[in-house]
Amino acid sequence: MPIKVLIPTPLRPYAGKQPIVEVSAHTVGEALNNLVVQHPDLRKHLFAKDGKLRSFVNVYLNDEDIRYLAKDATPAKETDTITVVPSVAGGV
Amino acid sequence: MALRIRKALLDQLRNHGEQTYPHECCGVLVGQFDETGGKTVEGVIACGNTRTDSPENRYHISPAELIRIQRESTLAGQDIVGFYHSHPDWPAKWSSTDLDEAHWTGCSYVITSVENGKAVLTNSFLLLGEEQSKHFEDEVIEVSEGI
Repeated sequence: MPIKVLIPTPLRPYAGKQPIVEVSAHTVGEALNNLVVQHPDLRKHLFAKDGKLRSFVNVYLNDEDIRYLAKDATPAKETDTITVVPSVAGGV
Repeated sequence: MALRIRKALLDQLRNHGEQTYPHECCGVLVGQFDETGGKTVEGVIACGNTRTDSPENRYHISPAELIRIQRESTLAGQDIVGFYHSHPDWPAKWSSTDLDEAHWTGCSYVITSVENGKAVLTNSFLLLGEEQSKHFEDEVIEVSEGI
């Protein structure tokens, strides 16, 4: 059973227009890497040139921000859902 | 391309701006994209403004709230089609901060000006381009009657 990755609206054109992509992985980092291997056009939208997640991209494992877990090394199992969401902010 | 919304839902997001005045309100629009890039709003979800340091001129939606809304809307067969916020005592047009902080390409960013506590104008702007070339274009709001 693969892990589900929920893709936000603006990134779906780079993920075969799918709202959910399934990947096999043991950690969140491995899942994201396998995601961009499946859908190479996603890479530049998720990762900066240094290979780190772009600053405005939030990644959650179920209800937890991976920045407050073990980041890329956060273990993931088959029943988990990874959700990717760009931030929403602004003001005058 | 247009943003279609029922009047009751439009009133809901405008009222939110009046309720939070003189602070900015913010929230999420869920609904459907059509094949031409237009959108129909089916729900307006009010969110908290986490920018408690400067709520009169900044807004930020908690990623945890976005995650929940995205997950629930996906399960309900809906998409996040846009976002809304208010500009207290400032025009209903996007600011440089709004553009810098906008990352949801293809989505609508709806802005309501609230003057002295009263919602005045509501405009929608469509975010286009990739991160390096992103820009807003004016978007028509088509309002239908009914609740």
